[in-house]
Amino acid sequence: MKVLVAAKRVVDYNVNIRVLSDNTGVDLNNVKMSLNPFDEIALEEAVRLREAGTAEEVIVVSIGSSACQEQIRTALALGADRGILVETEEEMQPLAIAKVLKAIVEKEQPQLIILGKQAIDDDNSQTGQMLAALAGLSQATFASKVVIGDGTATVTREVDGGLETITVKLPAIITTDLRLNEPRYASLPNIMKAKKKQVDIYTPEELGVDIVSRVKTLKVEPPAERKAGVIVESVEELVDKLRNEAKVIS
Amino acid sequence: MSILVVAEHDNDSIKAPTLVAVAAAQAIGGDIEILIAGSGCSGASDAASKIAGVSKVLVADNDCYAHQLAENIADLISEIGSGYSHILTVTTTSGKNYMPRVAALLDVAQISEISGVVSEDTFERPIYAGNAIATVQSSDSIKVLTVRGTAFDPVEAQGGSASVENIDIVKDSGLSTWDQEEIAKLERPELTAASIIISGGRGMQNGENFALLESVADKLGAAIGASRAAVDAGFVPNDMQVGQTGKIVAPDLYIAVGISGAIQHLAGMKDSKVIVAINKDEDAPIFQVADYGLVADLFKAVPELDALL
Ligand SMILES: Cc1cc2nc3c(=O)[nH]c(=O)nc-3n(C[C@H](O)[C@H](O)[C@H](O)COP(=O)(O)OP(=O)(O)OC[C@H]3O[C@@H](n4cnc5c(N)ncnc54)[C@H](O)[C@@H]3O)c2cc1C
Ligand SMILES: Nc1ncnc2c1ncn2[C@@H]1O[C@H](COP(=O)(O)O)[C@@H](O)[C@H]1O
Repeated sequence: MKVLVAAKRVVDYNVNIRVLSDNTGVDLNNVKMSLNPFDEIALEEAVRLREAGTAEEVIVVSIGSSACQEQIRTALALGADRGILVETEEEMQPLAIAKVLKAIVEKEQPQLIILGKQAIDDDNSQTGQMLAALAGLSQATFASKVVIGDGTATVTREVDGGLETITVKLPAIITTDLRLNEPRYASLPNIMKAKKKQVDIYTPEELGVDIVSRVKTLKVEPPAERKAGVIVESVEELVDKLRNEAKVIS
Repeated sequence: MSILVVAEHDNDSIKAPTLVAVAAAQAIGGDIEILIAGSGCSGASDAASKIAGVSKVLVADNDCYAHQLAENIADLISEIGSGYSHILTVTTTSGKNYMPRVAALLDVAQISEISGVVSEDTFERPIYAGNAIATVQSSDSIKVLTVRGTAFDPVEAQGGSASVENIDIVKDSGLSTWDQEEIAKLERPELTAASIIISGGRGMQNGENFALLESVADKLGAAIGASRAAVDAGFVPNDMQVGQTGKIVAPDLYIAVGISGAIQHLAGMKDSKVIVAINKDEDAPIFQVADYGLVADLFKAVPELDALL
């Protein structure tokens, strides 16, 4: 079984972003970029399937500028066998990303495609579901456990009230939640080995994908600021303030 | 212009967040219809017909919609959805699961988690864990939207008198089957519906200590939440996680206990009206958003609080 993993280059989760003063976007200059944390979890799951003998090959694909090579190399160091970069300078939205991924799925014919449940920059949480629709495949989103069966995957999903288990036919799309696994760190020898692994580069045009978006960002602004609060000295004072000043408890 | 709101329901009743989606539809403006897709869902469709501001309820009642499997629901919505200017639902795990699939089948974008309506084609939405607000404009023929549950005041559940129409469309993809669920029985208000929430973090040290919060919650009629660290450590179940990648809440009062205030946690609660933080580290970032901060050991402060209520 071949497993395809999607990997997005995003602003590192520790960075406190700053909105540009001209309101055109977020300042990405000299900001630390990383693999989307949910994609690290996706990759870890795929690598474990290969280590268990369930999968033979793990392919990682990233879409974006040539800088995404960095995240592909990280993924290769973490255990992916080869990489694909679909290179474009255009800003792409989930529908277009899903169309590109569909073209890669057609080329590679993986049995399992694992994405993150959400990219932590735009917080869209759409791409996996869209890819599943376009490719006509089943989907199991927000996975916290995956068991591969005979032509199926049984997936436990994190839902609002707790957990739900579904069984999907393969090939299937899975998106990862936080509790699926704990990703490993790359070892130095693996980082060295990753440099020699194969990375194929395509463009969306070569794949025949129209990436024009019909959604335009008009402006990006900082959120409303909260007024500074006070430090209370005791629990009595806290309860008094909540009762008589904020009037939120009786 | 007709707007389709896809209801969140449990077959017997309508879930409260649906009323928020209807409110967002009203802000867009136009005739509002509600879709109930379920199995044995006449209770839910009756309830939907009473929601203020709704003109028609469409009911697709079939086994194949019993568990809201994304493949089936999305096929249904995309088939009937092409006649609408907007299709929306609230941002729950269910809506997040099927709605992007609907959008892709219709070959349009989805605009996720809108927090504001500027005009019929222009919307505000938080990005980067709510550290920026983007205003986006869509030129798609159908706008597919999910609505942030905390961003609009819900419409009244009563007072409407919509007509009810059964639609006889069966979409059973056969791609997936539902096996089982472990849904915690709620003795307390649901997180996203509660007006008071008390949340615990890694500082709680273990699951047993959450009993301290439960006692306070019972007195305040509050729901209990948690940080990711508390969930990952197994103190409490996953559905209690508040944050960028958990639940988004905005109660009248949010009490954070033993939570440091990472941006991913703040993203889920910083629109609360009043925020209280109890933390022994005076430099914890949670104090930067707290209206009332108490620098104290929670194991001393929480029992004291409990005694004073
Ligand atoms: C992709 C991604 C998504 C994430 N999504 C979320 C999310 O949705 N929600 C979320 O919450 N986090 C999320 N996180 C995790 C987030 O970055 C933080 O790691 C997490 O919120 C920390 O939880 P915490 O505050 O409980 O733990 P810590 O940061 O360890 O803080 C514990 C706090 O407890 C205090 N404390 C300890 N003992 C006591 C005591 N006896 N009395 C009083 N105070 C005490 C300490 O001073 C400290 O401030 C996400 C992270 C990533 C990478
Ligand atoms: N540019 C991209 N390149 C590779 N994978 C992506 C890209 N954008 C999104 N994805 C995948 O889709 C998931 C969900 O992203 P989103 O729908 O944008 O929240 C991510 O976790 C990735 O796995």
